[in-house]
Amino acid sequence: MATETTEGEAAVGLPQLDFSTFPNQIFWLVITLIAIYLILDRVALPRIAAVLAERSGTITNDLAAAEDLKLKAEEAEAAYNKALADARSEAQKIAAEARAEVQAELDKAMAKADAEIAARAAESESKIAEIRDGAADAVVDVAKEAAAAVVSALGGKADAGAIDAAVAERAKG
Amino acid sequence: MDQFIVSPLFGDGPVHWYTITNVTLWLALAVVGVTLLLVVGTRGRAVVPSRGQSVAELAYGFIYKMVEDVTGKDGLRYFPYIMTLFMFIVFANFLGLIPMSFTTTSHIAVTAVLGFGVFFAVTIIGFVKNGAGFLSLFWVSAAPLPLRPVLAVIELISYFVRPVSHSIRLAGNLMAGHAVIKVFAGFAAIAALSPISILAVTAIYGLEVLVSFIQAYVFTILTCVYLKDALHPHH
Repeated sequence: MATETTEGEAAVGLPQLDFSTFPNQIFWLVITLIAIYLILDRVALPRIAAVLAERSGTITNDLAAAEDLKLKAEEAEAAYNKALADARSEAQKIAAEARAEVQAELDKAMAKADAEIAARAAESESKIAEIRDGAADAVVDVAKEAAAAVVSALGGKADAGAIDAAVAERAKG
Repeated sequence: MDQFIVSPLFGDGPVHWYTITNVTLWLALAVVGVTLLLVVGTRGRAVVPSRGQSVAELAYGFIYKMVEDVTGKDGLRYFPYIMTLFMFIVFANFLGLIPMSFTTTSHIAVTAVLGFGVFFAVTIIGFVKNGAGFLSLFWVSAAPLPLRPVLAVIELISYFVRPVSHSIRLAGNLMAGHAVIKVFAGFAAIAALSPISILAVTAIYGLEVLVSFIQAYVFTILTCVYLKDALHPHH
């Protein structure tokens, strides 16, 4: 009877509306759905979920590591900049010290040179004064000698005391 | 319409409920296909996926996100069931596109089981989760009071039409597509029309590839929408 219906329906109407095949289709469909459900629920979905979770975990870890490395790089840069600044200030300090030292030495040398110059000048002045004094005495001596010579040439007797007094008086004037 | 006939795989005997038929074969092939994609494809469990694993993950993510977006977090409990529906329909549809194959989802018996299965499951979930509060789905509190009884009747009718439209939409689309291809293929026998007929068959086939996926998607997302109504019946 079922065979008849199957063959009859094929000729008459849509096979979809052949109700004699419904129990068969429904039975196998239910089995299929249960099979797919069990495969998905027991094996496939947990596995894919685990893979996806692992991947997102890996990505998160990698991002965290990258962030960490970036922070370290920034720290290193800051340390480098600090070292650079330190070195620069140190260099400036040393330069200033050297300059101050040189200045001090220079000042000392200048003072010494000034003192020496002053001493030399004083010495020279005293020598000049001596020479001037010497020159005045020499003039007096020459004047006395000249006066004595003039007096004796004129036939007179040169009185040493009178000449001295006369020369001394003139030399003063 | 020979392609839709259910016939025993071995011998010519009558089709009993337990007879191994071409339906059995193509349903089994769908199981094999799902297993190949989701189990064999992911056997590497690689962090950097192979092609097969990528597709499996894509399918997983696609349905997971759909369930989460439409039904919310509490709908994720039902994700394996919805994934089962989607994978079965999508594989049955695509297997049906192989020439000489048998399209299980073009049979109203198959889609009606799916549609009514969703309908009963969703209704039971609705009453279990919300008790009588599930009936507030039909009482549109946003509407003016005099309109509410009218709307309740309309909502009630639309609720009971759901499984019918749900199952006929799938079977109808699949059957119509195959029938149209068959009709165009029939014209190929006429020499003058055969180039046009072959072009048309090719074009319709492309359309059917699209329809196969879209109908699986539509069936799944409507299931999600119904499930959302069951979980959160208040408008």
